Amino acid sequence: MGNYAIETVGLNFNFGNQAIVKDLSLQVPKGSIYGFLGPNGAGKTTTIKILLNLLKSPSDQVFIFGKEINSNRIAILKRIGALVEQPAIYGHLTGKENLINRCILLGIKKAKADEMLSLVGLVEAANKKANKYSLGMKQRLGIAQALISDPELLLLDEPTNGLDPNGIIEVRNLMIDLATKHQKTILVSSHLLAEIERTATHVGIINKGQLLFQGTIRELHLLSKPMLEIEVDNIENASALLTKQEYEIVAKTDKVITVPFTSAQKSGELNTLLVQNGFTVSSLYQQKKDLENLFLDITKAN
Amino acid sequence: MRTLYISLISEFYKSRKTLAFWAAILLPVIICGLITFGFYSGSEKILGFHYPPMVLWAQYSGAALGVMGLLIMPFYVIFMAFSVNNIEHKNDTWKMLFAQPLNKFSIYAAKYIYAVFLIFTCLFLFASLTFAFGHLLQVLVPKYNFGQYNPSNLLINAYAKLFLSSLGILSLQFILSLLWSDFLKPMGIGFVGTIMGIITANVGWKYAYLIPYSLPTLALRITKVKKGTDPLAFPVFTQEIWTSLIYASALFIIGYFIITKKSIK
Repeated sequence: MGNYAIETVGLNFNFGNQAIVKDLSLQVPKGSIYGFLGPNGAGKTTTIKILLNLLKSPSDQVFIFGKEINSNRIAILKRIGALVEQPAIYGHLTGKENLINRCILLGIKKAKADEMLSLVGLVEAANKKANKYSLGMKQRLGIAQALISDPELLLLDEPTNGLDPNGIIEVRNLMIDLATKHQKTILVSSHLLAEIERTATHVGIINKGQLLFQGTIRELHLLSKPMLEIEVDNIENASALLTKQEYEIVAKTDKVITVPFTSAQKSGELNTLLVQNGFTVSSLYQQKKDLENLFLDITKAN
Repeated sequence: MRTLYISLISEFYKSRKTLAFWAAILLPVIICGLITFGFYSGSEKILGFHYPPMVLWAQYSGAALGVMGLLIMPFYVIFMAFSVNNIEHKNDTWKMLFAQPLNKFSIYAAKYIYAVFLIFTCLFLFASLTFAFGHLLQVLVPKYNFGQYNPSNLLINAYAKLFLSSLGILSLQFILSLLWSDFLKPMGIGFVGTIMGIITANVGWKYAYLIPYSLPTLALRITKVKKGTDPLAFPVFTQEIWTSLIYASALFIIGYFIITKKSIK
């Protein structure tokens, strides 16, 4: 338990009769960037709210830094910074005032507000009312609010929502920076795998409240079986030949036949077989299923 | 205690640019200003009544108290209870507030105390401005005899009663505004309650004092000054005030339990 920043043990959560989170056992190692993935409505935000004790979990199911959340609420919250759904911002206050208000609540120096504004690139908009901010600016302000107390654990719910490509890259780099240089643990949720793939060290995939995969990003990659794609003329006859030779055909289009990749030697043999039987093989390549498709497969299967 | 203090500071910081905060200052300035202007421009007519100084003060301060106690005060309290909570509903900031390392009681109590503070400020200004503008009238219209009577006890007693009698409404409306994010439900209930309160208080229904909304009207009714009697004779802690305080504390505790059980969606 000591190595996990977040650990949930068979966590269940219902809204009335509707089960939102089922038997969820998250394990977020300290110092990791944990990509919490799932389609919309999978239970990601609910889980994050449970981790913040905004939604009450049954006792002894949620542990943050090894401590049970319901009985250590304040001590735990002191070590967490969070951005949940849309950033919680007072529209009638300026960006800077929003941060100062947070400083007041946390009992930290107000100078920290300026520091955060420059970190998220909002110095010029510091004195503009927050309800005049664009979605991306609000998101940055939300991130600044989450970071202001210099927490050990960051919970970021879709932090790149509404950001332009530049902003997305900035947030991504900021997360990597925080984890590598400042040893923070970051749990970042998203419904886009491509976004998580570049930053996360660990991944949890959730759908309909259930955890379908949890492990390092490498382990996720290993899950995706490589395929051999063959571009060949006379597809019908070629596939008939392969079937006869007991090759398993995974997919067939009007140009490409896909079979499971086993080894380079086997691929060569397959090529020889086709050529010897008078087919023209124009290309033969190994294809790894990308994670996006893998993600879709994992979430579709359930 | 420290978390309660910082929550209170934060409440002030958040609301200092809102109408709710400024209403506490502008309302007494405008109403007292208008009444004073009326006493200034209509001074000849009023001087014609040859009021003794005490009655003149009673007439003058009664103008503000009457308007306040009957109509504005309940609605002002309803509005305060609404706006202190609405600032979080509107900005969807409850989740942020409860994700801070602060105990829930401090967050809840700070909001309540801040609403009480705003009402207190408003009534304190009413009393102070009535006193100050009365003496200003004396300077502007030297024929008035405001200077011959010290109204501070009258003002303190009357406004203290008004303040204490409105706490019951505050606690009730506070819970309603805490539960519902929209404007219409707490306002609607408050409106109906206030009308009911005024009617039951005025027809003298025996149990009118059990309705929180009728308490300011009931409390002020007793302070009406009859000619020749000592206006200082009325006690502050009457049945209405006790009822109001009991309502206020009971509902404050209930509100806290609602907050602790509330899931922040």
